[in-house]
Parts: sequence; structure tokens; C-alpha cells
Amino acid sequence: MNTPLLEVRNLRVQFPTRRGLLTAVDDVSLTIAPGEVLGVVGESGAGKSLTGAAIIGLLEPPGRIESGEILLNGRRIDNLSPEEFRKIRGREIGAIFQDPLTSLNPLYTIGRQITETILTHLNVTPDEAKQRAIDLLNEVGIPAADKRIDHYPHQFSGGMRQRVVISLALAAQPKLIIADEPTTALDVSIQAQIITLLKKLCREHGTSVMLVTHDMGVIAETADRVAVMYAGRIAEIGPVAEVIHHPQHPYTVGLMGAIPNLGEEVERLTQIDGSMPRLNAIPAGCAFNPRCTRKGEIGARCTTERPSLMNAGKTQAACWLYSEGVATNTTNTPQSVAA
Amino acid sequence: MKSSVLLEVRDVAREFDVSKPWLNRVIEGQPKSILKAVDGVSFTINRGETLSLVGESGCGKSTIARVVCGLYPPTRGAVIFDGVDIAKASVNEQQQLRKRFQMIFQDPYASLNPRWRVGKIIAEPLVSHGIMTDKAEIKKRVDQLLTQVGLSPQDQEKFPHEFSGGQRQRISIARALSSNPEFLVCDEPTSALDVSVQAQILNLMKDLQREFGLTYLFISHNLAVVSHISTRVGVMYLGRLVEMADTKTIFNRPLHPYTQMLLSAIPDLRMTGKQRTPVAGEVPNPLNPPSGCTFHPRCPYANDRCKLEAPKMMVANDGSMVSCHAVEEKRIPIKLVA
Ligand SMILES: Nc1ncnc2c1ncn2[C@@H]1O[C@H](COP(=O)(O)OP(=O)(O)OP(=O)(O)O)[C@@H](O)[C@H]1O
Ligand SMILES: Nc1ncnc2c1ncn2[C@@H]1O[C@H](COP(=O)(O)OP(=O)(O)OP(=O)(O)O)[C@@H](O)[C@H]1O
Ligand code: SF4
Ligand code: SF4
Ligand SMILES: [Mg+2]
Ligand SMILES: [Mg+2]
Repeated sequence: MNTPLLEVRNLRVQFPTRRGLLTAVDDVSLTIAPGEVLGVVGESGAGKSLTGAAIIGLLEPPGRIESGEILLNGRRIDNLSPEEFRKIRGREIGAIFQDPLTSLNPLYTIGRQITETILTHLNVTPDEAKQRAIDLLNEVGIPAADKRIDHYPHQFSGGMRQRVVISLALAAQPKLIIADEPTTALDVSIQAQIITLLKKLCREHGTSVMLVTHDMGVIAETADRVAVMYAGRIAEIGPVAEVIHHPQHPYTVGLMGAIPNLGEEVERLTQIDGSMPRLNAIPAGCAFNPRCTRKGEIGARCTTERPSLMNAGKTQAACWLYSEGVATNTTNTPQSVAA
Repeated sequence: MKSSVLLEVRDVAREFDVSKPWLNRVIEGQPKSILKAVDGVSFTINRGETLSLVGESGCGKSTIARVVCGLYPPTRGAVIFDGVDIAKASVNEQQQLRKRFQMIFQDPYASLNPRWRVGKIIAEPLVSHGIMTDKAEIKKRVDQLLTQVGLSPQDQEKFPHEFSGGQRQRISIARALSSNPEFLVCDEPTSALDVSVQAQILNLMKDLQREFGLTYLFISHNLAVVSHISTRVGVMYLGRLVEMADTKTIFNRPLHPYTQMLLSAIPDLRMTGKQRTPVAGEVPNPLNPPSGCTFHPRCPYANDRCKLEAPKMMVANDGSMVSCHAVEEKRIPIKLVA
């Protein structure tokens, strides 16, 4: 295998609060190879955005990296000073945030914002930068980009703002893009266009992408591998087709079963009963155990000992069902998504 | 007798002035620039049904939602809620009407007051409409709402920034539900939720509809979600409604060429390798929309008439509507989608 472009080792992100120390990302390890798209899915609040924020050095205090290492091209970046980080952010790592308003300044036209990013990082003239800004906006499907660059963020629709943010992230041609829900506010057609664009960058420039999204269709189309997060931990990680069609971890099985299918008439959608634990009350052992329908097959271990990732089918799952000695059976393929 | 129609949107248009400042315009010799975000849209929503609006990003869905809720005055046309023209109602009447509807905004970040604790945010509609005054009673209601959206009663004490994107979206859903509105405008209410929580919220919305007869105007780009939740679906293109019919008809027998294209662009989860067909052609410029039928530059059925004459909305006996010359001229093969 190639040396990874990004390597995250045992990352732990914590928040000291009045209610005690909260661990929002707990011992997460992952790698992304050059040109690879790693999809990250999971329960809302599972720590996906915080993992992305930690990688790009934008954790907001009091949040902090408590332990672990983050390496970009073999070089540690989690301990850089804010000034050093500013040089690589935008240039080496581009970010598309879940909240488009944090990336856009309401007081400046979008053209000015994109052009400034280009001028900061690339050696071009202002005119070239402006032209590149227009090209980028065209690429993400903003009509009449040459006129629209003079407009302010509030004059765009939700999905258009998201596309402006995408072009901002691509402006300086970074090697790694952290894309947090880049396509949720977009219609299926623009979504297809953005995905095609991201894939082209991966193929032609070897750009790597960490793609956080809830849209399993987008994951299926774009990602090479997928990590499934639950309560700050990776529950399962593996090749995209395996995770979607042959999920091994009981949480992943439940998640895949909850996807509404077009053309299928059901009165109620399947949901995983219960809700994710509060960060200050993560159960001992496996964090999923209060909601797991299969823990009976294991016994006490699920509630006492935390499982780490184990080989499970063609993926890796943090679940005691896959420790040696426990026979894996075939009842855990989801009914509704099997092709 | 109560009519079955709860809301009527009658020929609504909404324009935005997006010109440069006056001085720049004079210096650069540029005319005013007006963007028609919504351009003559009419539809009705019946009590207890879910009407969804779908269509390309920027086609005017959120603008309609905001006009319906009275957040933007329409440039033309009227919004009639339960027989009352909202613009003509007295201040007092408007206040009474406001109690009966709520909106879930597309952007869960911008719509929550960052300085308020979550408990206060959720209780705000209850308090401002004077629906509840007793502190203990309010707290009980907020507890219940937080649990219903999959959060915990303890979360009342926290501030919005302490939550993830999907958790914030659920806070705005809890807020919108708190005053038991009859009519709820939901602009992308589940876009930030994982599929399991999304299922929980959609199930909750359906339960409330069954129990209390809630009416929804629903906006989403996720067509699987739309097909699951909706009674009827309206398809918009560049500020206009181009087709509206019951959910089954839209998904199984779309008539308008744009609807047909939109449906073939849905991502494929089964990974059969089926190529998605993105809607062909350039996204039009709303500042300078094409003549005639605004879809004509991208439409495979366009002819000379389409370039000159905007198609009229044709309403069928069953209430379904479509506006397209080719449909009228029976030039379009009916596409049955499996
Ligand atoms: N400033 C903060 N203080 C305390 N807790 C926080 C703070 N920011 C985030 N959290 C908590 O950390 C957890 C992980 O948040 P994160 O934003 O990474 O979730 P996510 O996986 O991106 O979820 P979503 O899919 O909803 O966006 C959440 O439970 C959230 O409540
Ligand atoms: N306050 C405003 N000022 C100027 N233009 C606006 C304003 N609000 C919306 N627009 C424009 O009106 C058009 C329709 O916007 P709207 O937000 O209704 O789209 P939408 O269908 O909700 O799109 P999306 O799916 O991306 O949310 C867009 O071209 C947008 O740029
Ligand atoms: S470790 Fe036990 S509780 Fe956790 S997912 Fe596996 S079987 Fe369920
Ligand atoms: S009116 Fe003409 S251009 Fe418009 S959708 Fe129908 S066939 Fe196409
Ligand atoms: Mg997030
Ligand atoms: Mg919108």
C-alpha cells in the first residue's frame, strides 16, 4: 500500500465542562491514501465533525486534542503552532464545513473572498485570481458566475452558498479535502456534479478526501472505504461495498436498515430503538450495548470490556461477535438494502 | 363548514433587488438587476396532508416557504391561511394566525439564538404566544419534546454551540413542535441527520399527523424521503411550478421533462453501476431567464413554440397539474418509472 497522505493515530478529543470532562472523540485511528476518498458516516453527534476539525486544527476551545497524533505526509501536524497551521490550512488541507456561514464573511462579496484565498496561497496576478474564481464557481454549477461574484452570501440560496464554500476549499488546490456534509443542501443533479468534480480531483491530481455525510447514496458512489462512527469511536471500517451491503457491526446493520427506499411503501421507517448515549454517560464496555439486539449472544463482555476493531467479514468491526471463539453467523445482512 | 383547504398560495411572486449600490451603477452604467426568485406560483394544501416541493437548488423553494410564513412579503399575489388573506388581516388576526403555524429553517445554525439555553429556545413559542405560563409545566413540555427528537431532557441547560449539526437541527424541530402548531413548514428538516435519527423524526412527523391532523409543507432534496412522507409533490423550476400531482403519480409517471430528468438523477445505493444522468445542460441564470418555457435550453422536447411562449398550467380532473407544451401536444412518451 502507498504511504498514507493522512494518518490519524489514537485521536482523543475532550471538552472540559462544568458537568465534567466529555470525551467526544475516543481513540480514533484511520488513514487516507493519496487519491482515496474515505467516507465517514454515523449517528448524529458521533464525533465526525470534531474529528475533521481536529485534523484541520480548528477545534474550538475548550475542545482540545487530549492524546493521539495526526500526520500529514508523515509529518506531525497536531502540535503545530497556530501560525504554522495557518500556512497549511487552505494550501495543503482544504475544508468544507457543515455550516457554510462559518466559512463565509457576510460583509464581503463572494468574489473577494475566493480571490483573496487564491492570492494568499498561489503565485498569480489579481486578474488571474479573479478568472480562477469565476472558473471555480462555474465548475460547482453557479450560473452567471461572472456576475454572481459581486454578490454577498445572503443573496444566495442555501445550496448555492454551500457550493461557494466548496469552491473556496478548492481554490488553492489542496492535497487533502475535509468535506463535512458538502452535498446535503444540494439537489441530486448538482450533487452529481460536485461528486464528479471531487472524483476528478482525486483521479487527476491525487487529491484525497475525507467525506463526512449522512447520504448513503453519495457514499456508495464516491467513497473507496467507509468508517462508521458511534459515540466517538469507530464502530466499523472497510471497503464501501462491504460496509453497505454486508455490514458486520450491529449498529451498521441498523443504520443501513433505516434508509428509506424509493418506490417502497412503508408506513413507518425502521429506526434503531433508543438514542445515542450522552457523552457524560457512555456505558462501560461497548458503547452501543444498551441498544444492541445481539449482545445476548455474547454476555457480560459487552457491558464490561470495550471491543477494539477486529476482523469481521471483509471489514473491521469493534464488536465482540467477531473475537475468536464466537461463531459469526449469516443473520446479520440487512434485508432492505441487499441488492 | 370548514373547507378542506388549509392554505392557498395564489399567484405568488417574489423579487429581490440584487443591483450594485446606486453610485456604482451610475459609474459603470449598469441597469438595475432584479432577481425573480418566485414567479407566479399557485397551489393549495389540504388539511392533514403533506405537500412537498422539490427542484434544483436556487429554484425558489425556501423563498416560497418564507413568503408562506410571512417572513417575506410577496411582490405579487396572496397567501390565504384558513380563509384569511394574511396580508390583509388585522394585526390582531395575524397574531392569532401566527400561533397556528411554525417553520423549521433550512439552516439549523443561523436559526438558533446562540446566547439562549436550549430550554429557553424550545419554550420560546410557548411563552411568546402565551400558551403556557407555568414554569414546571413548560419544563415538562420541553423534556417531552427533547425526548421525542432523540435528545435528553438534560440538554436544556446547554447552549447551541455545544451540539453537533444534527443535534441542532433536532433542537429547531423541537422548537417548532412545542406550541402544537396545526401547520408546519419544514425546509430541509432532516438534511443533517443520520438515517436512523431521520427515520425517528419522519416517524414522529407522521405520528403527529395521524393523531392531531397536522399539515405540512415539506422541502427536501432527498427524493426517497419525499416519496415516503408526502401526499402530493410539486416540482419547481426557476421560480415556477412545473408539475404537481400525488406522490405515486409523480414518481411512477412523471410527465414534465424536467421531472423526468430529476428522477433519473437520483443516486443509486444498490451500486449496480447504473450511471446517474445528471440533468443535462447549463443551470439557467435567474437574473436573465430564458424566454418562453424557461426550461427550453435543457429540454430534449423543446421546439420553436417553447422558445417563444411560456406554457400554461393545465389542471387535470384529479387536481394534478403540469405546464408543458409537449405534454399538451401529446409529444411526450409517458415514462413509466419502475
Ligand atoms: N463546544 C462543545 N461543548 C461540549 N460538547 C460539544 C461541543 N461541540 C461538540 N460537542 C459534542 O461532541 C459530540 C460530537 O460532535 P460532532 O459535531 O463531531 O458530531 P457529528 O458526528 O459531526 O454529528 P452530526 O452528524 O450531527 O453533525 C456531540 O455529542 C456534541 O454534543
Ligand atoms: N435575500 C435575498 N436576496 C437576493 N437574492 C435572494 C435572496 N434570497 C434568495 N435569493 C435568490 O433567490 C433564488 C431562490 O432562492 P431560494 O433560497 O428560494 O432557493 P431554494 O430553492 O431554497 O434553493 P436551495 O435548495 O439551494 O435551498 C436564488 O437565486 C437566490 O440567489
Ligand atoms: S460488542 Fe456486544 S453490544 Fe457491542 S455491538 Fe457487539 S454484540 Fe452488540
Ligand atoms: S414547454 Fe417545451 S421546453 Fe418546456 S418542458 Fe415542455 S417541451 Fe420542454
Ligand atoms: Mg457534524
Ligand atoms: Mg432553500
